Formats: sequence, C-alpha cells, structure tokens
Amino acid sequence: MRGWLRTRTAWWALLAIGLMPLAWLVWLTLTDQLGANPAETLIRATGDWALRGLCLTLAITPLRVMFGWPELLRFRRLLGLLTFGYACLHLLGYTGFDMGFEWADIVHDVPKRPFVLVGTLAFALLVPLAVTSWNGAIRRLGPQRWQALHSSVYAVAVLAILHFWWMRSGKRNFFEVWVYGLILAALLGWRVLRPMHRP
Amino acid sequence: MLICTDRTGFNHPLSSEITPQALYQERRDWLKGLAAGMAGLTLSGWAGREALAQTARPGVLSALPGATSAVVGANVMDKPTAYKDASSYNNYYEFGTDKSDPAKYAHTLKTQPWTVEIEGLVKKPGRYGLEDLMKLSAMEERIYRLRCVEGWSMVIPWVGYSLGDLIKRVEPQGSAKFVEFITQADEKTMPGVRGGALDWPYVEGLRLDEALHPLTLLAFGMYGEVLPKQNGAPVRLVVPWKYGFKSSKSIVKIRFTDKQPRSSWEKAAPQEYGFYSNVNPMVDHPRWSQATERRIGEDGLLAKKRKTLMFNGYESQVGQLYAGMDLKKSF
Repeated sequence: MRGWLRTRTAWWALLAIGLMPLAWLVWLTLTDQLGANPAETLIRATGDWALRGLCLTLAITPLRVMFGWPELLRFRRLLGLLTFGYACLHLLGYTGFDMGFEWADIVHDVPKRPFVLVGTLAFALLVPLAVTSWNGAIRRLGPQRWQALHSSVYAVAVLAILHFWWMRSGKRNFFEVWVYGLILAALLGWRVLRPMHRP
Repeated sequence: MLICTDRTGFNHPLSSEITPQALYQERRDWLKGLAAGMAGLTLSGWAGREALAQTARPGVLSALPGATSAVVGANVMDKPTAYKDASSYNNYYEFGTDKSDPAKYAHTLKTQPWTVEIEGLVKKPGRYGLEDLMKLSAMEERIYRLRCVEGWSMVIPWVGYSLGDLIKRVEPQGSAKFVEFITQADEKTMPGVRGGALDWPYVEGLRLDEALHPLTLLAFGMYGEVLPKQNGAPVRLVVPWKYGFKSSKSIVKIRFTDKQPRSSWEKAAPQEYGFYSNVNPMVDHPRWSQATERRIGEDGLLAKKRKTLMFNGYESQVGQLYAGMDLKKSF
C-alpha cells in the first residue's frame, strides 16, 4: 500500500477521484437532472465539495503522523487545489447563476447576507495559498514563511463553518453543520493538543 | 378566433385575437345558463367541459376538474410551472426543512378521514367532513403566481373555490375580525413535528376582509387533480398576493377571532416575518433582498432573475385592502 502511494498512478487516481463530483454535476446539468432549482443545486453541491475537500486536506497531516505514512504528504497539495477549484466554482455559481453577474445587485446583496461576506472572506484567504502552492513559491518564500502563510487555512476552516452555520440558521437545520464542525474541530484540536504530548 | 386546447400550451395571443370581455362574459353566461338547467344534467357536465381550464393533467392522482374561474385576476398569463417541479420542490416543515423532504416523506400523511373544524366567533360552528366541504361550492381552476419568501416563484393552476364561500356559509359574528388557520401536526406521521424548527401546530392568519377577498382560495387540487400530500393535501389555503408561507397546508381548524392571530413564523422570528407578509419588492427581508425572484423551471442557468411585482402582481385586485397603511411597518 505504502509503495503504491509513492507511484504516479496514485496521484493520478486521486485527481480522477477528486474530479468525479465535478463530472457528476456536469452530467446532471447536461441531462437536466438538477431538480427544480438547478442554480441552487449547483451552488450548494460545489460548496459542499469545497468543505469536504477542506476536511480531507486538513486530515492529511494527522493521518500521516498517526499512521507514520509520510507518503500521504504528496497528496496534500492536490487536495488543497481541488478544494480551491470547488470553492472557485461555488463563488462563480453565486455571482453567475444566482446573481447573473449583476455587480450592482451583488453589492446590494452582500451586506444583507453576512454569510456571503464570510464565505467571500474564506475564499479570499484561499487565493494566496493556491497561488503559492508550487515548489518554486516554497523555495522563494522560504519554508518557514511559507508555513506561516499556509497556516491561514485554519482561519479558512473556521470561516467556512461560520458561513455554513449562518446559511443554515434560517431553517435551523444544523445537523450537517455539526458534522463538518466536529470533523474540523477534531482536526484542528489534534494540532493544538499534539505539542502537549511531546516528550 | 384562436381555439386553444390543452395541447397547444401557452401562447401569447395577438390583441386582435382576444375576445372582447363583453362577448366573453355573454358566452360564459350562456354556458352557465346551459349548465344550469336548459339542457338538463347530462348536458351540463358536457357544457362544463367547454369552460374547463387548459392545464394538462399529469395523471398522477385522481382527477379534480374545475371550471375556469371568472374571478378577476384568477388566471394569470404566465406559463404554469411543470407539475414535477411544483410537486418536488416544497417547503412543508412538518416533513423536514429541505425542499426535497416533503416529496420524500409526506406519503405518511393520512388524509382520510379528514375533518375541518370551524370554531370561534361564528353563528354556525361545526365540523365539516372533507367530502361536504368539497361540495360546498363549485370547483374552479385558478392559475396563480406563487412567490416564496425565500426568493423563488412558481405559477400553479389550483383547483378550489373562494374561501369567502365557506365563510359566508358559517356566518361570522359582527365581532369577528380575523381568521386563524390551524394545520395538522401529528408526531407519528410528520417527522418534522418531532423537531423544533417551529412551534407546532403551524398557525397562520388573515384579516377577515383579506379572507373574504375573492382571490383567497380554499384549494383541494392542482393541475386538475387532488392535491399531492407534499403540497398540503387534502385542503389548503392559497393567498396569491402574500408570501407562500401564509398559505397554510393540510388545514384542520379555522377559527374566527377578534384578536390578530400570532402566526408560527411571527413567533419564531418577529423581526423577519410580519402578520401581513404581503409580497413587496420594496420591503426587503432583513437577511436578503425581495426585489427579484427566480421563476422555477423557466429561466436558464445564466438567466437573470425576474423583478418581483408589488402584491405579486395582484395590486389592482387587493391594493385597496391596505389603503393608508405603512407597508414598511406592517410588513
């Protein structure tokens, strides 16, 4: 298993899996199976997948350490970029499908819906991480500065949950918010508690 | 003259093709006369068919035909929403808060036997069986716009009669000023009632003059068939100029009162949902704009949302009910 994780095939397999939700959504769109409100379905599905991608990306380090599988690290960048990709589609869905690229309407809408603002902020924090995800950027920034910059992903996680909670608060339907919230809390909590257990 | 059948769907006629109202009314009267007695019972059924509305039946539930309504504003020209969308994208919190939940879980709702209790300030209170209620007045088909407070809309051909027909029958007392609608809340058959999304049973209310307005519909069917459970079977209210949540589903009690009822949504979030909740593009919901809406099933993915109309486009029919009122305060 660990040997296979080092192969190029494993990397391509993860990319293929990571693009499957997108392929599925494209298929549903082309065959008109998105339901009564296609725009809403697409916006929600891409948001869900961005959140799932974020959880998976943040799970890499704990899994790597707990299982002692350093090979997992080579998938973190890919997962992070897939997360960013779904977040881009989510944002594009809101500005395009929901608001029809009417910037005046968007400017009017955002203050009304603070959860949109929180989501936009989370996205804005993801951009520098995606831009500096290549090896050259790590070299140029220096590993420590790069690490410091990329620790802002924790802020993204908190903002993403706040965005989701706020969006669901209208219907008080918090079950899924709790599920993702607890997963992200466990992943962040592991990082906070780990130094304490070090000899 | 253009002959419209249920096969042709929706076409905008040229103005020259529209029958003048006087002529149309005359023909309607003639048909009514024909139905009333001239040709006897057998023919009346046949003549009634002439006046049946144009919506094609989906063929899912039992038929419930209604004659095209003569009430002004009861037949909008908008293209009706596909039955599949109207019966799969619903807000009915008793069955869950996701819009796909009601279609998935409402099959447990028991609609037979069903009674509606009329109580409070009326001269003739009592329990009405569904069958008696359905016979109380002639079924009409009415094509109404439906605007959800969430910012989407549909166009639905309902079948029912003016709530006023029932109200006049039960004779409200002079002191009655409001009508309260109480809906089914059964923990055993409604999973959402076990959760605390709202204060159950779901309660809504209207001012008596709103309830008496001819456009206020007591609906038993849609698309020429009885109501699907997820749409509020077996009997619901439809108030087309108000946000959809004012139109209570699966009604079990109608109470006449002298005090303004407190609706479930008012109790849950008084700063967001007022008693009137008239569709109004100028008064935003505190958390989103009400200026535009997405018409379900019609606009493509990249189409712009349409402008929301004052009183959902029924201003000329219902505007006078609110003359002199500050609609920003009485939202």
